[in-house]
Amino acid sequence: MKFLLRQILRIIPVLFIISLIVFLLVRVTGDPVSLMLPETATEQDKAELRQSLGLNEPLYVQYFTYLGDLVTGDFGESFRYNQPALSIVLERLPASLELAFFSMIIAIIISIPLGVLSAIKRNSFIDLFITGGAVLGKAMPNFWLGIMLILVFAVQFNVLPVSGTGSIYHLILPAITLGTAIAAEMTRLIRSSMLEILSQEYIRTARSKGLIEAIVVNKHALRNALIPVVTIMALQTATLIGGTLITETVFSWPGMGQLLIQAVNLRDMAVVQAATFVIAILVIGSNLLADLTYRYLDPRIKYD
Amino acid sequence: MYTQTETEKDVSLKTPKARKASGRFKWIKLLLRSKTGTLGLVIVLAMVGMAVFADMIAPFNPAETDVVNRLLPPAWVEGGNPDYLLGTDNLGRDILSRVIVGSRVSLLVGISAVVLAGAIGLFLGLLAGFYGKWIDTVIMRTVDSFLAIPNILFMLIVLAVIGPSLMTMIFALGGTTWVVYARMVRGETLSVKERDYVRSARAVGAKDVRIIWQYILPNIVSSFIVIATLNVATTIILESSLSFLGLGIQSPDVSWGLMLSDGREYLATSWWVATFPGIAITLTVLGIIFLGDWLRDVLDPKMKIK
Repeated sequence: MKFLLRQILRIIPVLFIISLIVFLLVRVTGDPVSLMLPETATEQDKAELRQSLGLNEPLYVQYFTYLGDLVTGDFGESFRYNQPALSIVLERLPASLELAFFSMIIAIIISIPLGVLSAIKRNSFIDLFITGGAVLGKAMPNFWLGIMLILVFAVQFNVLPVSGTGSIYHLILPAITLGTAIAAEMTRLIRSSMLEILSQEYIRTARSKGLIEAIVVNKHALRNALIPVVTIMALQTATLIGGTLITETVFSWPGMGQLLIQAVNLRDMAVVQAATFVIAILVIGSNLLADLTYRYLDPRIKYD
Repeated sequence: MYTQTETEKDVSLKTPKARKASGRFKWIKLLLRSKTGTLGLVIVLAMVGMAVFADMIAPFNPAETDVVNRLLPPAWVEGGNPDYLLGTDNLGRDILSRVIVGSRVSLLVGISAVVLAGAIGLFLGLLAGFYGKWIDTVIMRTVDSFLAIPNILFMLIVLAVIGPSLMTMIFALGGTTWVVYARMVRGETLSVKERDYVRSARAVGAKDVRIIWQYILPNIVSSFIVIATLNVATTIILESSLSFLGLGIQSPDVSWGLMLSDGREYLATSWWVATFPGIAITLTVLGIIFLGDWLRDVLDPKMKIK
């Protein structure tokens, strides 16, 4: 409980600094009025907006007003949708979470067997093949993999839809695309985690007891090897969400990422800011969850 | 007396290692022993060569449009023209030439952004690790904040506010990826700072700058080079992603990411437009990763364990 409280207290300055960075970027480096209005706005529109936003106030007053708005969840109105920015972002959030969730599932399905296999067959041809594949997965730009998958499965063989949403089939390609990126990283981690565990004393004990290798690997090694992996998985959330931004654009998946890219192109800054904070809170939240599960899975770990 | 012996011990520990790495042919031997390292170096050198001599190698002007020869397939495919080895894009521009010239942007952005990020990260990391206290707290909380936002999102905000250009992109990439270096440098500084030779240097009255320059930096430099090398790869992918989204390099400049976004439009009829720039990115990144992994093995054997 005390640990949880301390972690939550640590989050506050982080959110505070994020708000400051976003504030400085949006208000100071650019002209906020022309950022918030469409490019067709007249001089008078700008002057009125400047007045109503309190932009003639000193900077620190503006920042505290801004902070007050943030705390109440008021990110301003999107000029494109004429709706509060936060509600537009939250409307799109479930689609992104769905994609992220299935990508994670695919990543787990790929990486656990491959990681374990390459660890137990260390330095064999299979190991070389798997680690090589993981490096290739890391080197390939994820959106390009998406494009190539479209090329093969949608254009060439015409078995899956190119883009959009509606059925489970629409989810397959984007989830594989994003899942592969995460799997590449996780396979490597599971492999090295397994290798470390397999060299432990208790594994030797288990083997010398005469246990069959499958039990040693599954019961003794894998369970322990997965502990750090669970944490790393949760820490991949930032990568995962960053990945959804582009994957959604490639596949026209109607999530937060696609909304955000459109908003950036239109310079709809209210939406950009709202999405930024929603993403930051998601990432921070899952990092916290990672810490908690880690403590739960491995009670030896104590933070002081 | 005690501190003196400790210092001597450290010197004597360092000397054999220094001698081991100093042989001129040692490097070449070490490199050739690693197949992936050699491959990585070859790829990277080829890419650098391609970028430097792009104008001479490229068979066509990469921006020259040719309406008659639109969307020609690669030379070996039926309907291909041997003049255009990798085919042409929707405006009849030669894809091979564009891939060659595109290496310039990738490497330029990749390397400059890493230099910028490395400089910021090194400075702030040293500051946080060496001085500790509130400076450390402020810097590390800022690092946490940056880590809570995906890199690409930060860059999107910057590019949305300032508008896309080559310079903005380098600054945006450098301004967001510095946290990696800051964390690493801080961690290493913290551990080196407490070693006896640093304490004794301080006891003799050495100034902070001298301690950092003479004792801390040399201990950090190898990890730093490894991370920086691997980050060139990450940065190249980020650049291509941003250009793909239309927020990075703008036409008529040539970038692999931009070519991919053109190619995506013509997937249904012309697979080659989106295929070759992607292969170019993957190869380059692969080369850099191989080189970086090899550097890690050579420069910093203790990092390998991780």
